[in-house]
Amino acid sequence: MDGEALHGRTLTELAQGLESGEITAVGIAEHLLERIAQTEERLNAFITVTADEALAAAAAADRERAAGRTRPLLGLPIVHKDLFCTRGVLTTCGSRMLSNFVSPYDATVVARLREAGAVMLGKTNMDEFAMGSSNETSWYGPVRNPWDVTRSPGGSSGGTAAAVAARVVPAGTGTDTGGSIRQPAALTGTVGLKPTYGRVSRFGMVAFASSLDQAGVITRTVEDAALLLGVMAGFDEKDSTSVDHPVPDYRAALGRGVAGLKIGIVRQHFDEGLDAECAERVRAALSLLEREGAVLTEIDLPHIDLSVPTYYVVAPAEASSNLSRFDGVRFGYRAENPKDLLDLYCRTRGEGFGAEVKRRIMTGTYVLSAGYYDAYYLRAQKVRELISRDFREAFATVDVIAGPTAPTPAFALGEKTADPITMYLNDIYTIGANLAGLPGISIPCGFARGLPVGLHLVGAHFAEETLLAAAHHYQALTDWHRACPEGFA
Amino acid sequence: MNGRWEAVIGLEIHTQLATVSKIFSGAPTAYGAAPNTQASLIDLGYPGVLPVLNAEAVRMAVKFGLAIGATIARRSILARKNYFYPDLPKGYQISQYELPVVADGTLVIQDAEGQDKTVRITRAHLEEDAGKSVHGLGPFTGIDLNRAGTPLLEIVSAPDLRSAAEAAAYMRSIHTLVRYLRISDGNMQEGSFRCDANVSVRPRGESKLGTRTEIKNLNSFRFVEKALEYEIERQIDVLEGGGEVVQQTLLFDADRGVTRPMRSKEEANDYRYFPDPDLLPLEIDEAFIEAVRQTLPELPDARRRRFVEAYDLRAEDAAILAQNPAVADYFEAVAGATKAAPRVAANWIIGDLTALLNRDGLEIEASRIAPPALAELLDALESGTISGKIAKDVFEAMWAGEGSAGEIIAARGLRQISDPEALGAVVRDVVAAHPAQAAEYRAGKDKLLGFFVGQVMKATRGQANPQEVNRLLKEALGGS
Repeated sequence: MDGEALHGRTLTELAQGLESGEITAVGIAEHLLERIAQTEERLNAFITVTADEALAAAAAADRERAAGRTRPLLGLPIVHKDLFCTRGVLTTCGSRMLSNFVSPYDATVVARLREAGAVMLGKTNMDEFAMGSSNETSWYGPVRNPWDVTRSPGGSSGGTAAAVAARVVPAGTGTDTGGSIRQPAALTGTVGLKPTYGRVSRFGMVAFASSLDQAGVITRTVEDAALLLGVMAGFDEKDSTSVDHPVPDYRAALGRGVAGLKIGIVRQHFDEGLDAECAERVRAALSLLEREGAVLTEIDLPHIDLSVPTYYVVAPAEASSNLSRFDGVRFGYRAENPKDLLDLYCRTRGEGFGAEVKRRIMTGTYVLSAGYYDAYYLRAQKVRELISRDFREAFATVDVIAGPTAPTPAFALGEKTADPITMYLNDIYTIGANLAGLPGISIPCGFARGLPVGLHLVGAHFAEETLLAAAHHYQALTDWHRACPEGFA
Repeated sequence: MNGRWEAVIGLEIHTQLATVSKIFSGAPTAYGAAPNTQASLIDLGYPGVLPVLNAEAVRMAVKFGLAIGATIARRSILARKNYFYPDLPKGYQISQYELPVVADGTLVIQDAEGQDKTVRITRAHLEEDAGKSVHGLGPFTGIDLNRAGTPLLEIVSAPDLRSAAEAAAYMRSIHTLVRYLRISDGNMQEGSFRCDANVSVRPRGESKLGTRTEIKNLNSFRFVEKALEYEIERQIDVLEGGGEVVQQTLLFDADRGVTRPMRSKEEANDYRYFPDPDLLPLEIDEAFIEAVRQTLPELPDARRRRFVEAYDLRAEDAAILAQNPAVADYFEAVAGATKAAPRVAANWIIGDLTALLNRDGLEIEASRIAPPALAELLDALESGTISGKIAKDVFEAMWAGEGSAGEIIAARGLRQISDPEALGAVVRDVVAAHPAQAAEYRAGKDKLLGFFVGQVMKATRGQANPQEVNRLLKEALGGS
């Protein structure tokens, strides 16, 4: 078996190898587990590696295939962001608060991938409770960007992004509340897909901001993202906000091309906040699509500048409530020897949560408080509706909205930790899609100062096929996604 | 309460809805299981779990709304009420705040003078119950989350009630109504039906409201009445002494019969209500409402009136029978099957049957005497086959499981003796055996008739027809 090549292959390529009998699921699992062991010291991408379970599942997959049966992902490797509950496996959310929490159940996403035959190799590192854009808020230490290990891979799904970018694994899950899949994908040169809100079940995802959270994937190719989305998507009776909307064959849509595709360019997204080299790469990518027959038009999203402040009212408000359950009573971290109930609460939460999580809980508690609710929470909801309306109006004239995913390439670890606002501005181009519940994808479109740059495409509700087709077409014409960080070949 | 003051009372009643499963999970709602055995991961508030609204709870809320002529909100919001407490697993309770499912209804109750009074019901909203803390486990407090997630309907009245008795009457009427609608078992011992009372007093004739206090967690009609009586008097004393009522939350100490303030830690919360982003707005369409309307039974007030009109019952008896739908059903089953007057059936049910049910701690559904069996007994009484006194004995025997009325009468030879010839012989013997008393009677001591009746009854083991005995005795004694 050609072990050297295995970790460089995409899911689709591995599937072909399994199909033809060239490789086995156990072979893949063994090789990638070894690969994790070799790279972890440099990346810190994993919180838990489930080697025994993975090898057992891979062996079962091989037996099943030998018996003539197959499933869409049978024997294919996957990793999960550590906020997806996984039965019998530690699920920490990157927090001391859940550092001892073994989930008694599988998230719907995990269950669907498992049922499709995927083999879970481990759980990836992340910003604590998905609150962060650099992976530096993790209780388990920051993840490093394989393109430059002194830099951040972005966040919060930074562990999955780094592992996929470094050819440790071909694919993994992530979650995106304000850009947490797309921004790390951009900073690591991977594909990050955030589906429409309600497209994928949230059941079993530890909630950060319920009205914004959405599960998605990070892969190296758009084709792999389409493959995984087809398995993950669909109504779940356990999630009232999941939508009963038919799941198309996403891979069948990949060949649609971009001829006649109307692409809107958001005027505000090329303002002074954007790194000049990044701007150049994104414009070049758009020009390429134009040459392929896409029609570019400049559009205006009048309220888009309000998306970051709006987000930082809505998301902390929901988070402050969602995180109330971590009280040391039933599960997770509990302070030692509390002298009374208040002491139990205060010390459990004081010791269990990190600084950024506390900041957001306090912000959220404040904006929901009597006397401030109307001025903050209610007003933010109104602005959110205005932003959604801007997008609706835009999609009346264009098929896709395109621009940069992040304002800069990967930044140095420690560079922005002192100033939360600068950190928050990293999601300035991605947050709008969360507020409006729209699907978005980031794909690699070149390099700035040796670091990957992401092209961001946003579609109308449930227009994942349109996004995937455009992104796939771009990847068919370019090699950016094939570039491998030095030292990780 | 003295005549110068008027009390103003509003009640918030929490009714546990009789759904099979919880309001946001599939866990069962049955009472009395071992601690934490009826709590799913959703009820326990585990990381990542999500609530899904139980449609049956919505149906029950709508049914209540229709029964009180309320507006059913086509769109209502489930909101989070945030506070920390160990028996509140998520750190918030899912409830309804700004837009409740039921608004603006009314209920007619009988006031102290027996007059109809209309009480406005401002709103009724769906919410989940919390678990409970179990104290007294050494240095620890236990948490039992079986009750967490049990559906509740909180029914909020306008401040339309004017006395403790009226408040208790209103609470009883709601209790009767929810049992009629079969949306709650109304079991107060198990906490399925409880209330908070808001009360203030003001000088009679004044339209402005006084400062109110809230008495929490009253779980019996008697406690509601006692607590309010005490609190009204307390507020009047404060005001008459020149003081001011402090707005506060109180608990009723049932042992001492007084209200006392809750510790300040237990109140003064900013609940930070906001719409629950895990749940879509609750949308109810016309077809749903119509389907629920089809399931509405005859309501307690209508049934009470019909009992008076159709069965010629006394108003008090009709009210007692109509109060519990199972009792009302029992009455109608007996009244429909017997030749005896409905009033007789009502008396037996309210008197003898209720006494035995209470003695044995049974609900009427578990009565040892079914309606057809009681009807048979009343027929025997009506036809004169047995006397009223014998009927009581037969009733007891039926309760003890000795058989039907006919079987017991036959087996014990209890058939009433009405034959004038047979009775005449007994009467003659009794009169002959008591010449002194006979003489006294004839001399005008009418009271002695009872003595002779007693002797005849004794001689016939109670089976003599009393009317016939009276007639024959008077004849034989030739007296007045």
